[in-house]
Amino acid sequence: MMEIRSRIDKRLQARHYLPGSMLALALLFLISPLPASAEYGDVVLNKRAEKAGMRPVIFPHWFHRIRFRCRVCHTEVGFEMRAGSNDILMADIIEGKFCGMCHNNKIAWGPQNCAICHSGLPGLESGVRGGPSTGGPGKW
Amino acid sequence: MKQIMSVTERAMRSFIVGRLVAACIGLWCFNAVQAAPPEVYAPDGPGRWLPILADGLHDPSGPGVHLLQNPADALFYLPSTPTGNKVRWVEAIQEGDIEPVASILDKNFQMQVLDLDIMRTRTAELPMVLFPHKRHTEWLDCSNCHEWLFKSKTGATRFGMFDVLTGEYCGRCHGAVAFPLTDCYTCHSVKRSSLKKPVKELELHK
Repeated sequence: MMEIRSRIDKRLQARHYLPGSMLALALLFLISPLPASAEYGDVVLNKRAEKAGMRPVIFPHWFHRIRFRCRVCHTEVGFEMRAGSNDILMADIIEGKFCGMCHNNKIAWGPQNCAICHSGLPGLESGVRGGPSTGGPGKW
Repeated sequence: MKQIMSVTERAMRSFIVGRLVAACIGLWCFNAVQAAPPEVYAPDGPGRWLPILADGLHDPSGPGVHLLQNPADALFYLPSTPTGNKVRWVEAIQEGDIEPVASILDKNFQMQVLDLDIMRTRTAELPMVLFPHKRHTEWLDCSNCHEWLFKSKTGATRFGMFDVLTGEYCGRCHGAVAFPLTDCYTCHSVKRSSLKKPVKELELHK
């Protein structure tokens, strides 16, 4: 009889702890800042942008791969699969190379819309962002 | 003179009324034919994707950011997974949820899909790696990987997980844009016990 009673007591005690610990966890989640990180596969291009007085360029892979297969950019347009290895000049884009093969007012909006691409926070470093950090293709 | 005026006035009136009626009919027809496509937005509430203005990358004070599509609005209806873009991209293409353009130079271009599985057996303690060509060639050209990165001959390219983790070989895409390297068992998917005899390198034709 005593054994059963002690067991019940223990259970009750556990129940008492439960809401407290839940509250503590909830508070912890509230206090800790939400991790602000890019969408997986976002690429920051800032080799030249900020030196030329523009915001860094954010290239979203997710947006483009809904609409185009990898081969379009990595074969036809000729982007190498390594962040930093493609030397993209704004003059080339306006002439219809690199991004300018689509961003020409025919397939997509043209290079006169500066702020849509040059939309990054000042001071960002170039490279692939988002997701679990491995050495990854973000390395230079 | 008065008569002439009244005649011209009448003509003008009938002309204006006629144009108004025509414009109304035109507007009505135009609206009926060209109904605006319904805009789809992700359901409200905390989603699986950070909005553009809170992703720590975009400058909220930039003049162009409000024109950008939020990831949630584009990705919420695609087959989901907990990692990466939270999208099963291969399934999305196979089930027809998305139809990405295969070529911008040739309208009649068809993807060269190769249905050939490669098994990499030297994976130490982990299950063996099954590489499906089919899933890759739905997105990529042969030349995106061969011969500069991987040799076509099975087993001729020697590399290890360390190379992949530093962004070489599979790590060119996996860990950056394709599903991340933390999804170990998506690649390491074949248990050694499922093979009767130990083999060096396997090429499985379908």
